[in-house]
Amino acid sequence: MFNNLLPPIVVQILQRLDLVLLSALGLLIFAGGVTLYSASDMSLEMVYRQGLHFLLGCSLMVVMSQVQSKTLRQWVVWLYGIGLVLLVLVLVVGETKKGATRWLYIGIDIQPAEMMKIAVPMMIAYYFSEKSLPPRLIDIIIALILIFVPMLLIMKQPDLGTSLLIAVSGLFVIYLAGMSWWLIGGAIAFIAVAAPLMFHYGMHEYQRQRVLTLISDDVNVLKEGYHIYQSKIAIGAGGLYGKGWQNGDQSHLDFLPERHTDFIYAVFGEEFGLVGNLALLSLYLFIIWRALYIASKGEDTFGRLLAGSLSLTFFIYLLVNTGMVSGVLPVVGVPLPLVSYGGTSIVTLMIAFGIIMGMKKRKRIYQTDD
Amino acid sequence: MGERLSIKTERDEQQLFNSRAIIAALIVLLALTGIIARMYFLQVKQNAYYTNLSLQNYQHRIPIAPTRGQIYDRNGVLLADSKTKYVIQVVRDSVSDLNDDGKRNYSDIDILLGQLSGLVSISEKEQRLFMQQLRKTSRYQPTVLKENLTDVEVAKFAVNKPRFPGVDIEVRMERNYPYGKVASHVIGYVGRIDERDMKNLNRDEYAASTHIGKTGVEASHEDRLHGQTGYSLHEVDAHGQYKDLLDEKPPVGGQDLFLSIDMDLQLKAEDLLKNERGAVIAIDPTNGEVLAMASMPTFDPNLFVNGISHKDYTDLRDNPDRPLYNRALQSAYPPGSTIKPMVALGGLQEGVIWPSKTTYDPGFFQIPGNKHRYRCWKKSGHGAVGIDRAIAQSCDTFFYDMAYRMGVEKYSNFMRNYGFGQVTGIDLPSESPGLMPTPEWKQKRYKQIWYPGDTVNIGIGQGYWLATPLQLAHAVATTSMRGIRVKPRLLHAVRRVKNEPPEVLPPEYLPKVVLKNPHFWDLSINGMINVVNASYGTAKKVSQGISYTMAGKTGTAQVFGIAQNAKYDAKKLAKRLHDHALFVGFAPASNPKIALSVIIENGGGGSSVAAPVARAMMDEYLLPKPALDPNAPAGPPKPVATLVNNTKNSKQPRER
Repeated sequence: MFNNLLPPIVVQILQRLDLVLLSALGLLIFAGGVTLYSASDMSLEMVYRQGLHFLLGCSLMVVMSQVQSKTLRQWVVWLYGIGLVLLVLVLVVGETKKGATRWLYIGIDIQPAEMMKIAVPMMIAYYFSEKSLPPRLIDIIIALILIFVPMLLIMKQPDLGTSLLIAVSGLFVIYLAGMSWWLIGGAIAFIAVAAPLMFHYGMHEYQRQRVLTLISDDVNVLKEGYHIYQSKIAIGAGGLYGKGWQNGDQSHLDFLPERHTDFIYAVFGEEFGLVGNLALLSLYLFIIWRALYIASKGEDTFGRLLAGSLSLTFFIYLLVNTGMVSGVLPVVGVPLPLVSYGGTSIVTLMIAFGIIMGMKKRKRIYQTDD
Repeated sequence: MGERLSIKTERDEQQLFNSRAIIAALIVLLALTGIIARMYFLQVKQNAYYTNLSLQNYQHRIPIAPTRGQIYDRNGVLLADSKTKYVIQVVRDSVSDLNDDGKRNYSDIDILLGQLSGLVSISEKEQRLFMQQLRKTSRYQPTVLKENLTDVEVAKFAVNKPRFPGVDIEVRMERNYPYGKVASHVIGYVGRIDERDMKNLNRDEYAASTHIGKTGVEASHEDRLHGQTGYSLHEVDAHGQYKDLLDEKPPVGGQDLFLSIDMDLQLKAEDLLKNERGAVIAIDPTNGEVLAMASMPTFDPNLFVNGISHKDYTDLRDNPDRPLYNRALQSAYPPGSTIKPMVALGGLQEGVIWPSKTTYDPGFFQIPGNKHRYRCWKKSGHGAVGIDRAIAQSCDTFFYDMAYRMGVEKYSNFMRNYGFGQVTGIDLPSESPGLMPTPEWKQKRYKQIWYPGDTVNIGIGQGYWLATPLQLAHAVATTSMRGIRVKPRLLHAVRRVKNEPPEVLPPEYLPKVVLKNPHFWDLSINGMINVVNASYGTAKKVSQGISYTMAGKTGTAQVFGIAQNAKYDAKKLAKRLHDHALFVGFAPASNPKIALSVIIENGGGGSSVAAPVARAMMDEYLLPKPALDPNAPAGPPKPVATLVNNTKNSKQPRER
């Protein structure tokens, strides 16, 4: 395309990027910005700051897209190890906000759990790439240990949502590595039995409340169910075509809590209706499929497993958030990926997309010099 | 290790990954389809439900009370008017700490007044009075800051209300009855809406109303008087702040009512009965409009408007003269001889008497084979009497005999056609149907058979027969119109839109009384003319100096069933055992313009006490009015009233 017009280094960088995925992401980011503008009561400042998050995220994405599979593999153990140490430090000397200890102050506040969102699947992918696949039971057990240690540390903070998402990202690697369907079926059966026990003995009261809110639907409208209740009103009142951009009464009159962060999907649903939802989810579907496609074109097993897991984790974010906002899943603090306001999540996700792109099998760039 | 894997293994692993990725991709598709299905459910299936919830969330509807219609008499004399008054008041304890010194005190009030003055104009005098009053009032009670706010001030404040905790606007409806006690049974009164009212009314329509008609026309024409409640629809946010005015519908004021009452005649009636217990009803027989309806004693409806005090209410309730009671239609009395002209028509219709028929009256009547003597009021007897003298001289024996031969079935049936034993349907609440007895009724009520003697008694309007004064007025009006029955009513005209001419309502006709020979009417009416005008008439004195032809019938009802209360002194007790004096009549006889009934409880004889009241009423209505001094609307002192008092203890024999 522009190969002859641009300096070789730029061409090389561009070739490492997946332009199809990049365009889809751009479209999503644009849609997110538009929604955020409305959700924040036309606050240009908030959109501007979100833009800065994306700028940082995109830069890191571009950087990560240049990192080859074999380079990344050299970092894996270090990343994972440091992550674990930081998680322990959080529990010992971390900062407590709103009843949860998630932050570590090292000049700036960092959230080590965020780093583990990438480090854990990376570690599991690395472990399996050293083995022949499909994995043996012993490998799976070792992989599970590698998953559950950071998961438990994060659960202790407590941050149930993040810990589950991290566990899921690790489990996706095991699934993609080819864990036998029998074992998958057994695991699902085990969870079905363990979940109720977990509910009774392993959860904090507020977590239990969230689950109950979901099950009992509209009963406790003004207490625990307020978020879901208002969010369902917003979405339901949106109807087929929505109330129109900036016309969402639920959000603009302050009825919808956390409307520019976790519940931004309700704002979108109220203003753009079912048609808008269909378009937005189609875009997400395209992005996920494209990412999976790139993963399948991975340089090696490590690359494929890591990219595939990160793609599916992105999907899980989407599913958990939309499920929560529409009242079919419990309230867990998961943002709508790349749309909700917030720097941490955006940067992590963009890094993940950079990694996905970087895992793609390299073409011989010399060909263009002919 | 990885480098050592064979090409085959590498390809296997690629294939394994591909199949897992494809399955995952399908699961993603499935899950997102599920989310879309959920969205479809919320946004399409349940859209109406959530839209409604959304509206409830952010829309506040503030109802606005309509102005109640006014009540006038037929000539436009104001009888009841009403103003909606907005009062702004402050509860000191609820005012927030405006100067942020951690305490709530009078300096907060000063700041509050400063902030309020941008919305409501408060004069220095009002402010001073308010501060004085505030110091005297409990901190939890409201203190009035300003009365009579303008609509603009009310609207401005309503929008800013959340900024002012402890400040409220109260809507006060001030209903006023300028004539006080006059015609209070007709007009009735409004009172605060209570729980019993709440059960029956449309809550949306009364969302802003505080008062409702409780009795009289105020109650029976509540629908017309109340008007339509308006509203303003505000957008409100999650914190209760008002944002925009979304919609507005102004209230529609109630209709103004023009009663058929002629206030001059009403004042006259109440003046004539001012020291009595009794009732006077005057009806225009051509259209059923009630020209006057007095029930004495009476009460002041203004006491009830903003909640009557306990003492005032006990006084009214426990008064032995029962001023709250509308005797005109809630009390049923034995009609006595007043019904003889109608009874005679029944006899003619059924053929038990005929124009030439005479009955010999030896002073009593006996049922064949029975020794009991039913006495005529004239002990010596009237001798041979025909229909004319039987009415004019009120011969009891003639009617004993007639009723006995007619039989109770035909008798009751005929009188029922006249409207006895059923409500007239006048537009006032609590009308009594009276009682037109039948054997079935007696069997049910007393478990006794009907004796022939019972028929003899109702033949002269005694016995079980009870009629309200209104029924009597209606019956005499029907007679005057030769059978045309018009439903009595108080609503003459309504004005739906202010400043437009009122719309006169048409009369409502009831089933006619049809006689097989129209000439029968003449016999009855002539008898009534002779009651007043013939030398042998029982009320001949009343026609002295009369310039029109008056027809009428006297009556005296025996008193029974009055509860005797030990508290009364002997004199008063004796008075309460006196007979009720009755009179029914109409004039002019050939072209009736007014029909009326008069009853004076324990008044004595109908001819001496009730008939002069009727005459005075007819004079007032029919004679051209002398140029009155506007300062004395009730007219000059009335000789009639004096006459009533003088004749009360007369020892002359009285007719029944």
